[in-house]
Amino acid sequence: MEYVSPEGLRLDGRRPMEMRQLRAELGAVSRADGSAVFEMGNTKVIAAVYGPREVQNRSQQMNDKALIRCEYTMANFSTGDRLRRPKGDRRSTEISLVIRQTMEACIMTHLMPRSQIDIFVQVLQADGGTRSACINAATLALADAGIPMCDLVTSCSAGYLNSTPLLDLNYVEDSAGGPDVTVGILPKLDKVTLLQMDAKLPMDIFENVMQLATEGCKAVANYIREVLLENTKQLENRRGV
Amino acid sequence: MEQRLANTLIMTVNEKKFIENALVSDIRVDGRRPFDYRNLTIRFGSEDGSSEVQLGKTQVLAFVTGQLVQPYRDRPNEGSFAIYTEFSPMADPSFEPGRPGDSAIELGRIVDRGLRESRAVDTESLCVIAGKVVWSIRIDLHIIDNGGNLVDAANIAALAALSTFRRPECTVGGEDGQELTIHPPDVREPLPLILHHFPVAVTFGFIGKENIVKAGGDGVLQSVIMQCLRIASVKAGDITSKIKNAVESYNTQRSLRKIKRHNPSSAVSNVAKHHTVREPNSQSVDTNALRASQPSCATPVDKLNEESTQVNPETKSTQQSSDMNSSASTHEVTDIGSPEKQSNTLKDAVKPKHKRRKKSTSNVNAN
Repeated sequence: MEYVSPEGLRLDGRRPMEMRQLRAELGAVSRADGSAVFEMGNTKVIAAVYGPREVQNRSQQMNDKALIRCEYTMANFSTGDRLRRPKGDRRSTEISLVIRQTMEACIMTHLMPRSQIDIFVQVLQADGGTRSACINAATLALADAGIPMCDLVTSCSAGYLNSTPLLDLNYVEDSAGGPDVTVGILPKLDKVTLLQMDAKLPMDIFENVMQLATEGCKAVANYIREVLLENTKQLENRRGV
Repeated sequence: MEQRLANTLIMTVNEKKFIENALVSDIRVDGRRPFDYRNLTIRFGSEDGSSEVQLGKTQVLAFVTGQLVQPYRDRPNEGSFAIYTEFSPMADPSFEPGRPGDSAIELGRIVDRGLRESRAVDTESLCVIAGKVVWSIRIDLHIIDNGGNLVDAANIAALAALSTFRRPECTVGGEDGQELTIHPPDVREPLPLILHHFPVAVTFGFIGKENIVKAGGDGVLQSVIMQCLRIASVKAGDITSKIKNAVESYNTQRSLRKIKRHNPSSAVSNVAKHHTVREPNSQSVDTNALRASQPSCATPVDKLNEESTQVNPETKSTQQSSDMNSSASTHEVTDIGSPEKQSNTLKDAVKPKHKRRKKSTSNVNAN
């Protein structure tokens, strides 16, 4: 199957180095301390952050830093066929673990000892790149909750089909069986905190694909910064500043 | 997600400082250099498809079993495989019994991703009747001792177990081609799995300024990632050759065992004939050594070699002639005192039975 046409257009009409349309909204869940909805093309993810609050399970309390918990779930209606997913299935547990480790890298946990920060992420529509969308949504939600972070964490995926590196794969391109590299970076510090890949790639091509994904992450970071600035301006207006 | 933090290792400030200072001069706590692996031993169990890997103090067991099941609806002509990890509580004080925790699932997923997405295990060859019956391979990983770097050790154990696993051969017959007969292992030789390549895991840890973090905690530069990849590819080559050697020696032993099992009666009768050639005082010892050699193969060769050195020069010449004849044919127990046994290759082991009998009777006739 041809994923990149001879003219250089992908199945959804994008260019190989083009990302899908990004859309973010803060404050979607009113009860949560911070929340965000993040859309990458057709992939839509909602994240809610509760914290810092008292640790519910005393045995897990850490005296010098905050405890981060993360839960990733996919809604039944998120994929093409409505599947009843078991709550603790392996893929969800792994992605929860991955998101938690990625966010732990940037949250300044030593400023909030003996407390707990919960991040809940739910996928409302899944069209490829859910992992990246979840991390971006979690970053926005944490910023909305006012939790101190040393840098934003942004994530993007890239692949390699028909001998072309492609940025931001959607579901059809992802299920083609080709390699899928997910990268999460701290944009200002230019450091990689998450790197996952499916399938095989020769090393020099892998370097290109990883570079492309990092560029995509930086583009997402710019967008997130704009959204946060806009949100702060609105808050200032409401305060009458 | 709930983990017993109370039982995890808490490092003292002195220990952390010691580790960091040692690293400044490129030495690790156990005296290794930054990119050195610990001693790797791969052992196999008595059953096909079971392996035990020791990487320094870390011990991991892997078992591979197969079952005939219905295939997934969207992949009717492919088999499947699944990985189950168990972090035994005896391995580490912080492992809890019961459902696998986060790190157990992460380890299982990493090993799974290496085998599945890269198509290392050929799932299409696991199909028996398309759409109805396929093989489902189950890989169980048990962590016995947590000495660090579980991912690498578990991966090696899984690869070794997969390489030695044999599934029974099934044939499809009957009028409509739907009747399935599974041949038991002593009727037909079970088949190995087809592995296209060996995905080897190499884990890197980055020790930061303040805390000991694993890769993914503090953040790394891209150039460092590429450097790690290059080092990993070199290390992976080493590990692959080690696994292949271990599997080779296991396969050799296995086929030696099989040949013995197939001809116990002919072995004894031929040995009796050989005994008439040898000196009377060594006769009884020989039969004992031979009986001991029926179940296993390693020890009797040594014993038989010892006997052969006591033999007179005249009997030695006949033995040598028999050796020369038999070295051209298969391994057999009847080659008493044949030091060339070890130099016979697997090809010799596969020659048909009738040739062997002719050769041995001709030996006896010559004597």
